[in-house]
Amino acid sequence: MTEMVYGSVPAGTGEPILPRWWRTIDKWSVSCVLMLFSIGLLLGLASSPPLAERNGFSAFHYVERQVVFGTLALTIMFVITMMSPKTVRRLAVLGFAVSFVAVALLPVFGTDFGKGAVRWYSLGFASLQPSEFLKPGFIVLVGWMIAASNEVAGPPGKTYSFAIALVIVLLLAFQPDFGQACLILFSWGVMYFVGGAPFLILAGIAGMAVLAGAFAYQHSEHFARRIDGFLSAEVDPTTQLGYAANAIREGGFFGVGVGEGTVKWSLPDAHTDFIIAVAAEEYGLILVLAIIFLYATIVLRSLFRLMRERDPFIRLAGTGLACTFAMQAMINMSVAVRLLPAKGMTLPFVSYGGSSLVAGGILVGMLLALTRSRPQGEIRDYLVRSGR
Amino acid sequence: MTRTPLRPLARILAARREGENPDAIERANLAARHEAARDASRERAEGRLLVLGIVFLCAFSMVGVRMAALAGSDPVEPRAAASGAQIVAARADITDRNGRILATNLTTHSLYAQPPHMIEPEKAARELAKVFPDLDEADLLKRFTGERKFLWIKKRISPEQQQQVFDIGEPGLLFGPREMRLYPNGAVASHVLGGAGYGREGVNSAELIGVAGVEKALDEELRDPGRGDVPLQLSIDLTVQAAVERVLEGGMRLMNAKGAAAILMDAHTGEIVSLASLPDFDPNDRPRPATEGDQAESPLFNRAVQGVYELGSTFKIFAAAQGIDQRLVSQSTWIETEGPLKWGTHRINDLRDHGPALTVQDVIVKSSNIGTARIAMMIGPERQQNFLRDLGFFKPTSVELIEAPGARPLLPEKWSEIHTMTVSYGHGLSASPMHLASAYATLLNGGYKVTPTLLKRDRFERGPRVISENTSKQARDLLRRVVTDGTAAAFGEVAGYRVAGKTGTADKPKPEGGYYEDKVIATFASVFPADDPKYILVVTLDEPVDTTGKKPRRTADRTAVPVAAEVIRRAAPLLGLAPDASAGVTLARN
Repeated sequence: MTEMVYGSVPAGTGEPILPRWWRTIDKWSVSCVLMLFSIGLLLGLASSPPLAERNGFSAFHYVERQVVFGTLALTIMFVITMMSPKTVRRLAVLGFAVSFVAVALLPVFGTDFGKGAVRWYSLGFASLQPSEFLKPGFIVLVGWMIAASNEVAGPPGKTYSFAIALVIVLLLAFQPDFGQACLILFSWGVMYFVGGAPFLILAGIAGMAVLAGAFAYQHSEHFARRIDGFLSAEVDPTTQLGYAANAIREGGFFGVGVGEGTVKWSLPDAHTDFIIAVAAEEYGLILVLAIIFLYATIVLRSLFRLMRERDPFIRLAGTGLACTFAMQAMINMSVAVRLLPAKGMTLPFVSYGGSSLVAGGILVGMLLALTRSRPQGEIRDYLVRSGR
Repeated sequence: MTRTPLRPLARILAARREGENPDAIERANLAARHEAARDASRERAEGRLLVLGIVFLCAFSMVGVRMAALAGSDPVEPRAAASGAQIVAARADITDRNGRILATNLTTHSLYAQPPHMIEPEKAARELAKVFPDLDEADLLKRFTGERKFLWIKKRISPEQQQQVFDIGEPGLLFGPREMRLYPNGAVASHVLGGAGYGREGVNSAELIGVAGVEKALDEELRDPGRGDVPLQLSIDLTVQAAVERVLEGGMRLMNAKGAAAILMDAHTGEIVSLASLPDFDPNDRPRPATEGDQAESPLFNRAVQGVYELGSTFKIFAAAQGIDQRLVSQSTWIETEGPLKWGTHRINDLRDHGPALTVQDVIVKSSNIGTARIAMMIGPERQQNFLRDLGFFKPTSVELIEAPGARPLLPEKWSEIHTMTVSYGHGLSASPMHLASAYATLLNGGYKVTPTLLKRDRFERGPRVISENTSKQARDLLRRVVTDGTAAAFGEVAGYRVAGKTGTADKPKPEGGYYEDKVIATFASVFPADDPKYILVVTLDEPVDTTGKKPRRTADRTAVPVAAEVIRRAAPLLGLAPDASAGVTLARN
């Protein structure tokens, strides 16, 4: 009766949100993300003045913007980490739908900012790169579909998700943005791999990737120029790659000193694609190794936690997010040390850029939400030897 | 795994007996199967995630190691451009055979403007127009205040001009170092050297490239950065060259010729000691090529190498020498010279009637067309062609001038008997004076093939033998007789140097066909001293006419021969040849 009159007593969820969050979140990874962001600000102090001078702003204009966007990104990240996997999935799929439409409409409304690739929407106060936001949503969607396909009598999610991946790759290739396209294919491949792909098919995909690369090399001047620059044995010291390699050499082990670097003045992309060269020049190998260590910690801890995950969706989506995050960081750094040809790929949380920061916040927020510790029913393994 | 049916019959029957819903069993089995599949996939995923983790660990380590390797290596200085794209201004000097400078480089400056750095464009334009009278103030001001960020004002300025521009005090006017090619001897050896100009240009340097002559033919060699300071040494002797040019110019004036060429060549090595072509030019200020009219009349035209002419009777010695070499005739063999010699509709005549017959010696000495044609007929077209080919008349000369490969001799299209006859006295085959000089050298130096060259030869290897030593000696004797008794007797003798040579006067062909009556090419090809051949001299005059007599005389004995004799008189002492005492020259007087 009482309930009929006063409404039901809210069922206690057991634990308040914040303490539960603090108990279950991967605190090490969160710390790493915060440290990466701080390093990004530190490097921003170095790389902002040249860019600001070129564009006629006060010297630390871009640091200020980075702080604003960073705060936004971190807030979004923390909010997402507090969500349940199911909420994450719902929002991600919605986000995917929106950003997919945005990417598809790029050729109509987008701008290339004179860089030879239509990747951005100009919003006046900031520019928006929708493909950055597409990635986390896409990964969660694919994780969901592949997980569903593994259910008994589930939908053919692997085929469908691959079809979606191909459409996105085509859209990105037309921009052209082969770096992001590769990342999309890679994330799908990783999830497919963890979701139980036969090895034969994996080999086939690898072969097709090579063929697609060869095709792109033959038919896209943009792509071919970058590959050629990479393959030429003697790097021309006046190209971006040459400056970056030289900056790393100049820096040595302990760097030339704070604010003493010169590469930021000669590299147009010093604040984004080649931020690691700025780090290496001013702070030396020490900081570079620290950055690599932070990324590796986030990725390896996440993968380790996902190994114990029982829910296939969480496992797959988490894997996809972690690996994409790792891959993006690795591609960016590999370009600077000439392990990979030049691609327009930012270093998550460290590079300057609103889109990249916020998208990184979303991606890592989802990852951290999925890697929160939750009961895995491990005790059942010992108590119930399930049989039929 | 043994497959468990979703509806195990035994249990369902038992459940029915108990009154339970058998569907529950089916669902429980389904759930269990689902659970098992999940477990299997989780175990598989666990392994694969481990693989992924290891792969990423390795990849991150690799990036770190690569970073460390880079950080540990030495930085390289960034250069303005890749090495291949650099503009190299270096160009080796050219010297004569004694090391005297013929061409060298001089550092000057170019003047350019960067209008964005200009403080007072009006003043700059006004002052510049004062320094350089050829510049227009209004035009300069327009360019300084326009859109351009960079503009050239002068490609080369003198140090004085540079100082004056400095004094304007305009920071937007800048200087770039600029090498300039300098020919300190002016027009001397101009056709040999050719000239140089600028290739690719940058602010800090400009490429110096050859545009003609040796400078272009050996351009790559001269620009070779690995060459260092080693100059290119030519076979030209600057003193002799200057003397030859001077005498030739005087001769050309006296003989009212419109052009002249002279080649002085070492008879054994083929080194060209002097090569002159008139009119000439100053390679420091090389004129633009003529865009209209006959290129062969331009001062840029090298008559000695580029000009192909019918060289007339100078060819007769080839027929006589070949006849002697083939043992068809001897010097004293009588040859019928009754004219005219008819072949089909063609008639061959002599300038003068030489009577019914002459010895071979007299055929050359008196220069009989009919006699030479008859000797050529004994030889036959095939052997004649082979001999002329051996002497180098069938292809361009290989002398190191860019103009040489283009000077291809004009040969009869179909070499019939009439051509054999006409070619034997120098008609129907056009060749350059350079061809003639090398052929004379080959014929008269003892019979060894000579390849003409403009480069000083430190080591010399004889070419293959073309005719016998004896024939060569007899040919020299015949030519010596021409100078002592024959056509060149009046002016050809130079006391003490025993000149031997052959005159040649050929009517100039009309462009529309046929020959001019009053325009000739007069040539004297000679060797000296006759008994010990050292040098070959070929002098060619274009349209000479000696007007000192009652009627104009155009034949070589009156035009080319006196000029050639004067050249020898002047050049031989410079070449270190002592005159022969037995020839009546008093070497010392008490």
